[in-house]
Amino acid sequence: MSTIVIRRPRLNVAAPATLGLVIAVGLAILAAVPGVASEYWLSAVLTPFLILSLAGLGLNLLTGYAGQLSLGTAAFMAVGAYATYNFAVRVPGLSLLADLLLGGLITAIIGTLFGLPSLRIKGFYLIASTLAAQFFIEWLLTKVSWFSNDDTSGVLSAPRLSIFGWSIATPVSRYQFVLGVVVVVFVVASSLVRSELGRRWMAVRDMDTAAAVIGIPIGRTKLLAFAVSSFVIGIAGALWAFAYLGTVEPHGFDLNLSFEVLFIIIIGGMGSIAGNFYGAAFIVLLPIALSHAAGALAAIGVDVGQLQNLQKILFGTLIIVFLIKEPDGLARLVQIARQRLRNWPLRA
Amino acid sequence: MSFFLEVLVGGLLAGVMYSLVAIGFVLIYKASGVFNFAQGSLVLFGALTFVSLVERHVAPWLAFAATLVALVLIAIAIERAVLRPLVNRTPIVLFMATLGLSFILEGAAQLFWGAQVHGLDLGIDDKPLQLGGVMISQFDLFAAATAGVLVIALSLLTNRTRLGLSLRAVADDPLAALAVGIRLPRIWAIVWSLAGFVSLVAGLLWGARLGVQFSLSLVVLKALPVLIIGGFSSIGGAIVGGLLVGASEKLAEVYLGSLVGGGIENWFPYVLAILFLLARPAGLFGEPAVERV
Repeated sequence: MSTIVIRRPRLNVAAPATLGLVIAVGLAILAAVPGVASEYWLSAVLTPFLILSLAGLGLNLLTGYAGQLSLGTAAFMAVGAYATYNFAVRVPGLSLLADLLLGGLITAIIGTLFGLPSLRIKGFYLIASTLAAQFFIEWLLTKVSWFSNDDTSGVLSAPRLSIFGWSIATPVSRYQFVLGVVVVVFVVASSLVRSELGRRWMAVRDMDTAAAVIGIPIGRTKLLAFAVSSFVIGIAGALWAFAYLGTVEPHGFDLNLSFEVLFIIIIGGMGSIAGNFYGAAFIVLLPIALSHAAGALAAIGVDVGQLQNLQKILFGTLIIVFLIKEPDGLARLVQIARQRLRNWPLRA
Repeated sequence: MSFFLEVLVGGLLAGVMYSLVAIGFVLIYKASGVFNFAQGSLVLFGALTFVSLVERHVAPWLAFAATLVALVLIAIAIERAVLRPLVNRTPIVLFMATLGLSFILEGAAQLFWGAQVHGLDLGIDDKPLQLGGVMISQFDLFAAATAGVLVIALSLLTNRTRLGLSLRAVADDPLAALAVGIRLPRIWAIVWSLAGFVSLVAGLLWGARLGVQFSLSLVVLKALPVLIIGGFSSIGGAIVGGLLVGASEKLAEVYLGSLVGGGIENWFPYVLAILFLLARPAGLFGEPAVERV
């Protein structure tokens, strides 16, 4: 009799009951945060953390699930921000949520456009296409003043945000708004990756020839990955511009931001939904922790001005260490820790 | 017409500078299949170390030698700490590792030597030369000559020496090379050292042109389209790709850029590269990939 060996899935899917419990507890904590956190924490740490998690999710869908590498994340965030802004300014009477959705849709279209070369090329040749998006979009948004409502330097100022009469002006309300959007998108995305489409993405990622053989339309699957990923990234970009920064210029969405989001998914875990939160938390908290450690570092003779360089070295090292030791990132480490805790008194 | 020629020649010579960076890529890609994003950081690291040593009154030849030693040590460290543990992983993982590497190198270079801009004088006049009615920068000619010498030296090395034979064997089939007793780790260390040397030369030329500063590491972004057009695995392709990118970029900036407000130099090479990719996915001189399932 032949035995069928079933490979364990890369990441365990928690039982629905526990998963629901975890989500409920997590949400309760995040919703309770404004009561205890200071304004600084809300507007400078938690809000960017949530938005970067969302951007990480977008890139993770494309790179972690569908296996298409992109270095144009920041450009797609810019498209989302500028598209949302234009809908908000030029089409009066639209709700903010509708603006966000439309901005996301425009980004999805642009993302699909730059994803077209993926039909013919793959691997790191695709970097060229996404880098083209990065440079071209940054240039276009600077040059064509129409996109920024004829501001000559391309700078956007956030319109007054409000939905259904709820004015989003304070750090607390901005945090809550971002939290709401992020939760909805994450819930949709985590069920999406378990749907047929998500499994198609993973099949294409793991081996495109095999995927084609079992009847998966590779081109359409790849383009859908670009579209969905760009949609999420576009929404993240709009939130980044309006709920976090307030004013933005095209150069705020430069290559460095793209790298930052890529690092989130490498450190957090490629092909993992929760990993985006871990990675984003890491990226946001590390500089803060470093600047707090600056006092101690100064004592041993390290110049405080060198912090940025130290941070770069640390990030670089971490990326290499993660790629070598734990390619599935923090998400995998958390999972191992949870398994250990569950077995704890009985087995080491 | 002479204006057109001047732009064309200027572009071609600028393209040679891109090729210099691209050659380092090709060396590494051929021997280890790694798309080395850290090449730009190596350029920065080399140039910054050299300049800082010279500013500390080290004789230029000594500074050059010391920088070269540092780059060789870095190459060995990279082979030990990055390439060896990542052997047999997908190209994308290796690419991302070199991304991390570039952060480490940039951080380290600026940690040791500071972030200010250094001037670098190689002692070559940048007086324009009148050649057949076209003004040509003397410095650019020097850079082109350097690139030429470098290419000839590299092709002699790979085609006429025992070491070159091993290099080609590894590039052709790493497993077969291992089987006949070539030490892969040593070859990798040598190739990365060679790429370090090339990037030092590129760094000195670029540094003399732009000043030695952080933005030097961004030349990697200029070299990428060059590689795609020329093919990842051909040194000749890197040169031709560089010439094509340099010339078309300058011509586009002058003739198209004025129509759309300028500044298209940043993205034009990428669009060109994509067009090339769609027509010839392996580049002009690259070997088409044969895939086994």
